[in-house]
Amino acid sequence: MDLTDGPEHQAFRAEVRAFLAKHKDQAPPPGRGLSDQARTWQRLLINHGYTARAVPKVYGGAGQAPDMLKGRIIAEEFAKAGASTGLGGQGVSMLVPTLLELGTEEQKQQFIAPTLVGDMVWCQGYSEPGAGSDLASLRTSAVLDGGHWVINGQKIWTSTAHLAHWMFCLVRTEPDAPKHKGISFLLFRMDTPGIEVRPLVDMTMKANFNEVFFSDVRVPAEQIVGRRGEGWFVANVILKNERDSLADPNQAAARLQALTEIMKSETVDGQCLIDQPQFLDRLMRLQARVMAMQFNDLRVLSSRLNPGQDASLARMVVKLQGTELRHEIEGLAIDVMGEGGLAYGANPYVRDQGSWQATYMFYLGLIIGGGTSQIQKNIIGERGLGLPREPGLGAR
Amino acid sequence: MQFGLSSEQTLLQDSLAQFLSDQAPLARVRQFAERDEGRATDLIVGLTELGVPALLVPEAHGGLGLAPLDACVVAEVLGRFVAPLPFVASMVMVPTALLLAASPGQQQDWLGRIATGQTLVGAALSELCGARQGAGVNCRDGKLNGRALFVLDFEADAYLVADSNCGLHLVAADAPGLTRQGLETVDRTRPIGELILADVAAEPLPGANTQVCQQVLDIGRVVLAADTLGAAQAMLDQAVAYAQQREQFGRVIGSFQAVKHMCAEMAAHLEPSRAFVWYAGHALRDKPDEAHLLACHVKAHLSEVGQALAKSATEVHGGMGFTDLLGLHYWFKRIGFNRQMLGTPERLRLEAARAQALTN
Repeated sequence: MDLTDGPEHQAFRAEVRAFLAKHKDQAPPPGRGLSDQARTWQRLLINHGYTARAVPKVYGGAGQAPDMLKGRIIAEEFAKAGASTGLGGQGVSMLVPTLLELGTEEQKQQFIAPTLVGDMVWCQGYSEPGAGSDLASLRTSAVLDGGHWVINGQKIWTSTAHLAHWMFCLVRTEPDAPKHKGISFLLFRMDTPGIEVRPLVDMTMKANFNEVFFSDVRVPAEQIVGRRGEGWFVANVILKNERDSLADPNQAAARLQALTEIMKSETVDGQCLIDQPQFLDRLMRLQARVMAMQFNDLRVLSSRLNPGQDASLARMVVKLQGTELRHEIEGLAIDVMGEGGLAYGANPYVRDQGSWQATYMFYLGLIIGGGTSQIQKNIIGERGLGLPREPGLGAR
Repeated sequence: MQFGLSSEQTLLQDSLAQFLSDQAPLARVRQFAERDEGRATDLIVGLTELGVPALLVPEAHGGLGLAPLDACVVAEVLGRFVAPLPFVASMVMVPTALLLAASPGQQQDWLGRIATGQTLVGAALSELCGARQGAGVNCRDGKLNGRALFVLDFEADAYLVADSNCGLHLVAADAPGLTRQGLETVDRTRPIGELILADVAAEPLPGANTQVCQQVLDIGRVVLAADTLGAAQAMLDQAVAYAQQREQFGRVIGSFQAVKHMCAEMAAHLEPSRAFVWYAGHALRDKPDEAHLLACHVKAHLSEVGQALAKSATEVHGGMGFTDLLGLHYWFKRIGFNRQMLGTPERLRLEAARAQALTN
């Protein structure tokens, strides 16, 4: 066990802190999407090497040597300061790493730099009405016609499709192949004729995602990542990253801290909320669980730095545990506020712009999305513990 | 950065596991429990050969001078094998107290004997975290009077006794005025008992105070959490193995999601607990500012995770899980013991809140 920062990382941490002390006020407010302020902040972070760190400079990244410890220091210090770590979204977090690994040189040149600075916004076309947990059974088809793919079908749960300029999409190109081997990974503009986006309002009453319909959508044949029929493999390169990013324990810790501040400052019947033993006990229970996930995260990181350490099961449980934990933290905040916990929208008594109710519901969405908790338990049971698959489902 | 066990720690775990798997299989544990053996001399000899009693004793006193995390590593294996051995008091809390609060002469006198396994010292500290049934020990004019309940590692040659002012005293098992009374509990792998003290002449540790008592409790708590980690892992392993071979409706039951998901939930709670125990063990020496908070939280957390896991793992075994024949209950009870001793979860969470000045 050695958890000390070496001299290089100590200096780096000091540098990050100094940066935040100086520039923190320029950070965009959390959860407000893509604004000019967010774009300016993003460029500042890239210039200092605090985001898109390992993306080569020729593609618009910071061009730093990969260093997971520095990445972690950035995440920790930015979370402590409550500052945004830069643009997220499916283009930055999923497509860029995919292209870096599997894209052609032309694709890297064309797509990565504008994506990183928020000029090119992406959405992910994976799920379909008939292909949710069983994603590989997707049926949206693409048929080669001369120099173009012709796409027909429908996607659903497509976050930000109404804002996106481009989509990366899984389509069936080899209808006669086994289901995992008949899929390809295509890229296309959202203003291509034949694409219709219909908003889908979720329980937070916002249209965070959409249904997307394709009727004879023609896409240049070269806009494919990987080869024909390899789309499932391409998608899986990054699906694991998505799952982990849904359950960052540093964010859970920051949220728990915000909840603690509410409990210290608000009263009921003149008594401070934190002095109510039932609430305090629940808060402390959650604090222990947050700690467990933070140390689990350190262990997972360490296993990547030190080959030979196995933390595969520790990593497999992150999405399941982390999303359930966040849902409970947000839920406790609502409970401690009593009737006030209901306040939403324009209610003058609403706390933090209604973010506790919104996030409580949003995390229920994340418990379901990105592989439901039940699918996560199948994965843990089968790949983690070696229990047999349900008979009749065939090999994975 | 390296978050995990060193190769030396892994080696220590492996050799201890090998020893216990050879010398203390479940049949040996049963024998200890059913015959009320009290002290498993053969196993203590083996434990001593592996250096376990010497673990926390400094090299100057003939020990190994290792760290609290090493004690956690040992406790995890002891829990895995439901080992009927003294450890948390005699080899962890007592040496810690001696190092923090004993005079050089006392250290000279006691630490060497503890390191060689010659002397076992129990810990009568329960009243520091919750005096029940009117128990408590007073010290006046160098004499101890009162009762101490739930004394850990009760089959011992001497005891470390806390008085009501956070003083700590060493008392020989045969001291005049001392009456010992074993107390039966559900966990037959670790004897505990009661000390009744009537004008017992004791040897006080001159440096004892609230702070020292806190640190002694903290290391005990982390080590009990580690014991639960090992016991819970053993229960999960047994449940998974059973689910892989037991057939019903023409299939192994582990292929049913009802059973598979129970196993997955157990693993999902237990795996992060492992990192928690390691970190809390590490903090006892290397992050003293965080150590107390972590000790409270890790024991409370492992108690909750352990309790739920012990129930689920038993359920996966169906009716067999409920029998004495299978013996799964030894782990169930071990986890229950660790939950109740040195502070139950609710009490520890209150202490955790106080440690952060969140409440009075």
